[in-house]
Amino acid sequence: MADPLLLLQAAADTSRAYGEFPVIGARQFIWITAEVHLMFAAFVLGVPMFAVVTEAIGIFGKDERYDRLSKEFTRLLLVAYSATAIWGAMLVFGLSTLYPRFWAYLTAIFAPSMWVYAALFFIESFTLYLYYYGWDRWKKGRAKLWHWTLGILLNVWGTIVMFIANSWLTYMMSPPRDITPTTDPTTIKLWHAIANATWMPINVHRVIANVVFGGAIVGAYASYRFLAARTEEERAHYDWMGYVGNFIAMSALIVLPFAGYWLGREIYQYDQSMGITMMGGFMSWLWVIQAFLIAVLFLTGNYYLWIGMGRIPGAERFQPYTKYLLIVLVLGAIVWGTPHTMIADSKELAAMGGSHHPFLGALGVMSAKNTAVNLMILTTFLSFLLYRRANVRPVVPWARAGTLIQAGMFAVAAGVVLFYGIRGYFVEAIVRIGYSVYQVLAVLACILFVTVIDVLMARGAQSLGAIRWGKMPPRSQYALFILAVTFTWLMGLMGFARSGIRQYWHVWQVMQDTSAYAATPALGYASKMISLCVLIFLSLVAFVFWLGGLAEKSTFVATERGAQHVGH
Amino acid sequence: MRRYTEHPFWQAVGILLVAYVVVVWVVPLLPGSAIVPKSVVLQYMATVLVGVLIYVSDSEERWQRFKEPITAMLVEPRLRPVRSGVLVVVPVLVGLVAYGQVQTTVAAPPNLRSIHPAPPTEITFRGKAISLTGLENPLRQHPDSLPAYLADGKRVYYQNCLPCHGDHLDGQGHFASGFNPLPANFQDNGTIAQLTESFVFWRIAKGGPGLPREGTPWNSAMPKWEDFLTEREIWSVILFLYDQTGWTPRTWEKTGTGDGGRGTGHD
Repeated sequence: MADPLLLLQAAADTSRAYGEFPVIGARQFIWITAEVHLMFAAFVLGVPMFAVVTEAIGIFGKDERYDRLSKEFTRLLLVAYSATAIWGAMLVFGLSTLYPRFWAYLTAIFAPSMWVYAALFFIESFTLYLYYYGWDRWKKGRAKLWHWTLGILLNVWGTIVMFIANSWLTYMMSPPRDITPTTDPTTIKLWHAIANATWMPINVHRVIANVVFGGAIVGAYASYRFLAARTEEERAHYDWMGYVGNFIAMSALIVLPFAGYWLGREIYQYDQSMGITMMGGFMSWLWVIQAFLIAVLFLTGNYYLWIGMGRIPGAERFQPYTKYLLIVLVLGAIVWGTPHTMIADSKELAAMGGSHHPFLGALGVMSAKNTAVNLMILTTFLSFLLYRRANVRPVVPWARAGTLIQAGMFAVAAGVVLFYGIRGYFVEAIVRIGYSVYQVLAVLACILFVTVIDVLMARGAQSLGAIRWGKMPPRSQYALFILAVTFTWLMGLMGFARSGIRQYWHVWQVMQDTSAYAATPALGYASKMISLCVLIFLSLVAFVFWLGGLAEKSTFVATERGAQHVGH
Repeated sequence: MRRYTEHPFWQAVGILLVAYVVVVWVVPLLPGSAIVPKSVVLQYMATVLVGVLIYVSDSEERWQRFKEPITAMLVEPRLRPVRSGVLVVVPVLVGLVAYGQVQTTVAAPPNLRSIHPAPPTEITFRGKAISLTGLENPLRQHPDSLPAYLADGKRVYYQNCLPCHGDHLDGQGHFASGFNPLPANFQDNGTIAQLTESFVFWRIAKGGPGLPREGTPWNSAMPKWEDFLTEREIWSVILFLYDQTGWTPRTWEKTGTGDGGRGTGHD
C-alpha cells in the first residue's frame, strides 16, 4: 500500500479516535478483558460438549455415573456463563470507549451479526437454564432424549455464537483483498467480510481446542475435588472424573496440531510477510515456548496414565515398558524444543560461526520437528492402548495375530514418519512441506486402525480385576492441574502470536493503529501480560470450583430433609 | 556397585550427569560440531530433569525407594556430617549461580535477533516499485544466457562480497571476525537454502539499513547495495550464490489463481 494513503489516514485520525484507561492503560485493559473473556468463553463452549457426550454415554450405555458427571459440569457452567458475559460486556464497553473509531468501523460492517450474536447468547442462556434445571424432571424415557437434545442445542447455539465472534477478529487479520483503506465500511457486504481467508480455519481450530480445554478444566476440577475429598467414595468418583477429562483433552489434543497447521498455512497464503513474522520473525520465539509447553502436555498426560496403571490389576505386565516410552518422549521434547536460531553470547556465536549450531541446527528445522511430534503422538497413543488393555486379557482366537498386526502398524507408521523426516533434509522446501501431510496421515491411519482392531479384540475379554478408582497418589492430581494451567497459558501465548502479527494495524493493511499503543509489545512484556491473564482466569475458575462444592453441600443438607439428592 | 546402579536415586543422578557430559562435552567433539550455547544446555537439562522426575515417580514403589536416601540424609543421626555438608553446599551453589547471573561482564549479552525478518510486500529499487510477492529471478527465464549471468555474478561477488562472506561463501572472509553478528554463511542450510530469491534480492538491495526493527538493523554492517549495483547485477550474484553452494532457492506455492502464488515461506 502506498505511503500517502497511510499519511492521509493518520491525518484523518482525530483526538477522539482513542480513549485512555487509568493506571494500566487502554491496550492493557482491552488485552486483559479480551483474553479472560476468551478463556471463559472456551470454558463455556468446551464443557457443554463434554457434558452432552457424557450424558449420551449415560443414556445409551445405561451408566448412571456419566449422567451425574454431566450434571455436575452443567452446574459449573451456570456461574461460568455469568463470568463470560461480564467479561464480554467489559470488553465491549472498553472497545467503544477506548477505541471508538475502530469500534465504529467494525460496527459499520458487522452490526447485523452483532444483533444476531446478542439474540443467540440470550437463547443459549435460556437453553442452559432449561438443560440444568430440567435435569431431574426429564430424567426418564423419551423425556430424557428431549433433555439430551437441549444439550445438543446448547452446543449448536454456542458454536454459532463463536463463529460470529470469530468473523470479527479474523476480518481484522485477513480482510478480503479488495478492501482498502479508502473503502467505505458501510459498502462492505456482511458475508464478504465474514467469509474471509482465516475465518474457517480459526473456527475449526477453536472448536477442537475448546474440547481440549473443556476436558482439561474438567480434569482440574476433578483433581481439586479429589484432593479435598473426605470419603473413599468421593475420591473414587473424582479420580474417575479426572481420568475421563484427561482422556478427552488428550484425544482432542492429538488432532489439534493438524487444525493449527491449516490455519498457519492459510495465514501464509493470505500474506507471506504475516506468515514469516509469525513463524520466522520475532514471533518465532513463541513457537519455541509453545514447543516446550506442548512437550509438557505430552509428558504430563502420559505421566498421569502411567501413575494410573498403579490402580489397575494386570497393569504390572506393561509397567516395565513405560520407561522406553518416556525416553522417546524426552528425546522428542528435546528435538522439538531445539531452536533453529539459538540465543548465544558473542563467544558462543563466534565458536558456532553464526547463530545456527553446525550440528544441533539440523534439529531446528521442520523436518526434525514434524518427526519428533508425530513420534510423540504415536507414543502417547501407545500409552493409552497399554492403559486400556491393562486389566483385560483378550480371549478371541486371533488375539495374538491381532496384537502382532497392531505392532506392525505402529512400526510402519513410525517408519513412514522417520523416512519422510530424514528425506526432508534432501529435498527443496516446497516438497518438504508436502511430506508433513504423509507423516500425519500415517499417524492418523495407525491410530484409527489400531483402535478398530483393539475394540474388536476386547469383545468378551477376560477381566483381570476392577480398576481401584481412588487409589491414586496426590501427585497424579497435580499432573492434572499442570495440564489445565499449561493449556490456559498456551491459549494466551498463541492467541497473542495470532493477534500480534497484525503489528500496528487494527485491520491488516486497511486500518492503522495510530494510538500511543501501536507498537507490538516485546515478547517478555507480552509473556508477563499473558501470565497475568492466566492468573486472573484461574483464580476466578478456582472460585467457580469452590462455589460448585458449596452448592453441592447445600444439596446434601437438603437430602437429609428428604429432598432429591443431586450430584455425588 | 550394583546396589547403586539399580537404585532409582542414583540412577537419576547418573542420568543427569551423563546427559550433562553428553551435551556439554560430547556434542562439541562430534565432527563439524561446536560448543552448545548455555541457553540450549539449560533447556536440554531442564527437559532431562523433567524426564528423570517422571521416571522416579511414575510408580509408587520406585518413588518410595527414590526418597529413601533423601529422607535418610535429612533425619538419620549417623548422616549428620552429610546433612551439614548438603545444607551448606546447596545454598552456596544457589548463591554462586545467582551471582553468575547478575554479575556484569564485558561480553555483550545474548542477543535475540530475528535472522529472517518478514520481508515487505513491495520495495522501491532506485525509484522503481518491485513487488516481492511471487517474484522469481527474471534471469532464469533466459536459460541460454545463464552461463553469462553466472560469470557476471561471480565478478560481482568477488569485487564486492568476498571480503566479508569469504572465498568459500561460508561467511569467513578476511573482515568477518570484525563483525558481530558474523556475515551470513551461504553454505549453511539455514540461510539462502531456506529463502526465496526475492527475499535474497530484498536483503542485498536494502542491506542492514533496510532491515525492519525486528531484524535489529543497527546490528548489521551490510551495505545497501542498490546504491552500488544494478538490478541485473544483484539477480546475477544471486544466481551465483545458489550455483556455487548447490542449494535450490525456495519456490512459491502455486495457488491456482494465476497470480503466481502467494508465498509459503515456512519450512
